[in-house]
Amino acid sequence: MKQLFSFIKKEFLHVFRDRKTLMLLFGLPVVQLTLFGFALTNEVKNAKIVVADYSKDIATKQITEKIEASKYFDVEKSLKSHDEIEAAFKTGKIKLAILFPENFNENLLHLHKAQIQIIADASDINTATTLTNYISAIVADYQRQLMKDASIPLTITPEIRMLYNPELKGEHTFIPGIMAMIMLLICVMMTSISIVREKELGTMEILLVSPFKPLMVIIAKFIPYLLISFFNITSILLISVYALELPIKGSILLLYSESLLFVVTALAIGLLISIQAQSQQTAMFGSLMATMLPTLLLSGFIFPVENMPLPLRIISNVVPSKWFFIIVKSIMIKGAGISVVWKETLVLTGMMLFFLTVSLRKFKIRLA
Amino acid sequence: MTSVELNNVTKKYDKEKVVAVDDVSLSVSKGELFGLIGPDGAGKSSIFRILTTLLLPDGGTATVEGYDVVKDYKTIRGNVGYMPGRFSLYQDLTVEENLSFFATVFGTSIEENYELIKDIYIQIEPFKKRRAGKLSGGMKQKLALSCALIHKPSILFLDEPTTGVDAVSRKEFWEMLKRLKQQGITIMVSTPYMDEATLCDRIALIQSGKILSVDTPSGIVKSYHGKLFAIKSDAMYKLMNDLRAFEHTRSCFAFGEYHHISFKERDKDYTEEVLNYLQAKGHTGVEIKSVTPAIEDCFIDMVEEKKSEA
Repeated sequence: MKQLFSFIKKEFLHVFRDRKTLMLLFGLPVVQLTLFGFALTNEVKNAKIVVADYSKDIATKQITEKIEASKYFDVEKSLKSHDEIEAAFKTGKIKLAILFPENFNENLLHLHKAQIQIIADASDINTATTLTNYISAIVADYQRQLMKDASIPLTITPEIRMLYNPELKGEHTFIPGIMAMIMLLICVMMTSISIVREKELGTMEILLVSPFKPLMVIIAKFIPYLLISFFNITSILLISVYALELPIKGSILLLYSESLLFVVTALAIGLLISIQAQSQQTAMFGSLMATMLPTLLLSGFIFPVENMPLPLRIISNVVPSKWFFIIVKSIMIKGAGISVVWKETLVLTGMMLFFLTVSLRKFKIRLA
Repeated sequence: MTSVELNNVTKKYDKEKVVAVDDVSLSVSKGELFGLIGPDGAGKSSIFRILTTLLLPDGGTATVEGYDVVKDYKTIRGNVGYMPGRFSLYQDLTVEENLSFFATVFGTSIEENYELIKDIYIQIEPFKKRRAGKLSGGMKQKLALSCALIHKPSILFLDEPTTGVDAVSRKEFWEMLKRLKQQGITIMVSTPYMDEATLCDRIALIQSGKILSVDTPSGIVKSYHGKLFAIKSDAMYKLMNDLRAFEHTRSCFAFGEYHHISFKERDKDYTEEVLNYLQAKGHTGVEIKSVTPAIEDCFIDMVEEKKSEA
């Protein structure tokens, strides 16, 4: 036990003596959150949209003019069929379509209510949300204008349809995504580098010729990065709650337990990399390839997995961050409990056990 | 009592293409200061790594303190002190942190075995708050030795401890080893410096993975048969070439400010012939004298012998 403590203390000294890396470890989450937080909520300008006016009356004309006047939209007026509109969406020519049904003005005047259908391409979630919000605002503005003249309340209901991603999965998903990425980055990269460094410097040689058990080396390497990861998770959550105003709907305890599970999985991957790698550079590149790329591309963090071709969807199942991403998203955004995410938890546990067993087995007790 | 024993140990690298250790058999007695002397790439480090259980031999068996290096590696690991060839401590930790870390790893403390390392550690103690990476070469070696000693091992393996260390520190280092030997610790040390060989109780000369000879330093010197001469002149480089071209020369190589030369007819005194030959070649300031061979002369002689056998 005393040996283990002394080893852990040594690991902490390594971490704290290396100021540059330390700054990176603690600064990374803040920088990434800020970058993603602002980059992903960028304003949209001159988005191509289609207005399909089946009514062609005074009201629809006025609304269309209002929309055209806005700098956000580049309006193409046409009377396209539903099929044509859909084809335009699929090729990505348009971001949004507005459909005025027949007898729009008549309905508004006589029934006091009318509908506008707004269809958005939600595979690009942020743009879709922003655009529909703008349109709704313009319509609401027009409605207010009418109300001034009329004594009876008139309502125009924008009926919004999100194509391709109806539930708008991915809203604010960058926070679970960043959590996954940062934990992977820190745990995988730092553990693998710190073990390979011992090999490179030759200290591993002395450690091996000592009564020290491999398992203890692993635990000792793991603890500092575990604590740093938890510190980072906490800072990410604080920023997301207080700065980005995204409340955590589910249990925080569950969130932390799932994070622990994920961190251990990441550690095991880092360990596996360190066993294969002979230099710190190899370890770093290996870690980047094993963490950044799959997390960015295949976890659903940036690109929805549902929209991917089948082979990629299958591959995405072996990416641990995908499962963690789903878990965190469900807990944070939907407020789900363990009863909802037990399947994903089980998958992640399986992965953790797999990586841990393989790396413990492959851990070399000799030099060659 | 034997402390270390190697029986026909072989180690190959690179898919069996490179033979690093070739059928080596050795034995080191308890309390002995044993030197493994040979140039770089002779296989010294491989032997050390096999004995410290870091490498598995491809053939043969070896024991340390009676324990098999393959089967009982765990027991061996707790009982030996090992100092690898290059500086292998944590550069970002201070002197004191390094020492106390290795002490705890081996289940002891600095205080407990302070007596053992006192002589050595006292020299670096003024710098105990300094990071190990910022120490000079000699101090690094002292720290590494302290770390290897802190758990009171019964045997010490020191792989080229004096390489890259200045002459004064080297001398000090060997004095420390002598003191450790007095405490009954078996020490196995390797070095490429032939002049250090005389400081060992017994030495093994090693070349290309093969043991050339195992004996006491004086025994090795005695086994040198024939005469050896030291020659110098005003043009040393030309002298070397001319001597090598001389018909009776067996071998000639630079040794300090002289060239050492031995002749094919080993017991014959060629002084006259050489002097005449060199005069004819136009050398001035020629000086020739008979010398007692050093370990280096014996080593080169044995290598020559191997070559002519092959």
